[in-house]
Amino acid sequence: MRKVVVPVVVHIDEKGRITPLSLEWEDGTVYQIDRILQVERAVAQQVGGAGIRYTVRVLGRERYLYHDDLEGNWFVEGR
Amino acid sequence: MALYTPVMTMERTILHADLNNFYASVECVYRPQLRGKPVAVAGDAQLRHGIVLAKSYEARACDVQTGDPLWLARQKCPEIVFVPPDYGRYLHYSQLVRQIYLDYTDLVEPYGLDECWLDVTGSARLFGRGSQIAAQLRRRVKKELGVTISVGVSFNRVFAKLGSDLKKPDATTVLPPNCWQERVWPLPVQDLIYVGHATESKLARMGIHTIGQLAAQPPALVQQKLGKVGVLLWGWANGCDRSQVQPSHISLPVKSIGNSTTAPRDLVTDRDARITLYALCDSVAARLRAQHLTARTVQLTIRDCDLWSYQRQMTLKEPCQDSQTLFDAAHRLFCRHRLPGRPARGLGVKACNLALQTPPQLSLYGEIQRAQRQTDLECALDGIRAKYGNFAVRRGIMLTDPALAAVDPQRDHIIYPVGFLGG
Repeated sequence: MRKVVVPVVVHIDEKGRITPLSLEWEDGTVYQIDRILQVERAVAQQVGGAGIRYTVRVLGRERYLYHDDLEGNWFVEGR
Repeated sequence: MALYTPVMTMERTILHADLNNFYASVECVYRPQLRGKPVAVAGDAQLRHGIVLAKSYEARACDVQTGDPLWLARQKCPEIVFVPPDYGRYLHYSQLVRQIYLDYTDLVEPYGLDECWLDVTGSARLFGRGSQIAAQLRRRVKKELGVTISVGVSFNRVFAKLGSDLKKPDATTVLPPNCWQERVWPLPVQDLIYVGHATESKLARMGIHTIGQLAAQPPALVQQKLGKVGVLLWGWANGCDRSQVQPSHISLPVKSIGNSTTAPRDLVTDRDARITLYALCDSVAARLRAQHLTARTVQLTIRDCDLWSYQRQMTLKEPCQDSQTLFDAAHRLFCRHRLPGRPARGLGVKACNLALQTPPQLSLYGEIQRAQRQTDLECALDGIRAKYGNFAVRRGIMLTDPALAAVDPQRDHIIYPVGFLGG
């Protein structure tokens, strides 16, 4: 597993809550986030790093999307 | 009906949570390839800060100690991996851990970056007994942040801290009010907070080696040998500590503000010392102004090339908060007390005898006006440095030796724990 930092389009509501809408993979493909299933603080054990972990559904599959709130970037665990 | 209400004493539940190998553990979260290896967070050897700041349990197993020079750590453990410190990350992590603690009580008192006391007496109905809260804290910190804590649970702060040191990593130790003696009294007396090498030696000369032996002494004898602190320690050894856990939003009054540095090379000439003293005084004065404080006393610490250090201090005519006055005093102390033929390795400047800033007294002689003008000038510099960085405006002398002048005490300032007694 490797850490893949990805650009993410987010929606920030009037209370400052962040909702990721889509993410762009390394090859430029943009994937829409169909649903956010869970939001919690967690560690990315496989690739290192920590932050707010969004369990998201993309193309029918569940994936973890991390927001590193110290570095300010977003990342996923890639193969 | 009674005219008075008797004071009810309720048994308190105090937790002390200690992050295990904090710096090294955080580095392992961000670099999973380091997990299971001997790791040490180490200062920069080029800048002569080359000592072990924190180490993993694997490094500890090879007898690597905090404070070991890097060459010694490498000798003890050839496969050790050194990583540079990232204080911004540690501060962030420390705040995240405190946020978790604050979910259980507002009585959270930090002790440095990696330790906190929690008074959870009033949280029992919501979250369960002390040991149950400790278990929840350990589980959450591990899951959410990837590091572990050791928790001591007891009825006072001293024993809670003692408990958190007894079992590591990721463990809970309970020292309950009804049977703490059998666990605490056999422990070496230096396990008690505030018993350092000097106190331990004094107690050893009295034949006191365990906490139980200290508890059994007549308090008058301990006071005779150790003064007020002796009575305090004797009380702690007998389970008497009523000190409160301060709410997290209350900050204790500042008693002194200081910065120190180890120079990248020995300070041989007067110019070397002046550069370093200006860097330190600029930082101390800016921090004084930021907190609206003035200082009446300046203390200088000199550490020479053999790592022997000593302090000298002087009182100022008027309280000040400007760098130039601090510098003049510190430089005078340096010239008066430096030992000939022994270049300094490091210096420290501390502003003590602090008071809240008040409007200046009028003076016939103009020195107050001069000091006020200097303070106004330095306030303007503070504004520029806050916007563009601490190196945006510098003194001319700093350009004569960029290596020495590279020190930035204000940015590198790290909060160390205040004393247990708030001193």
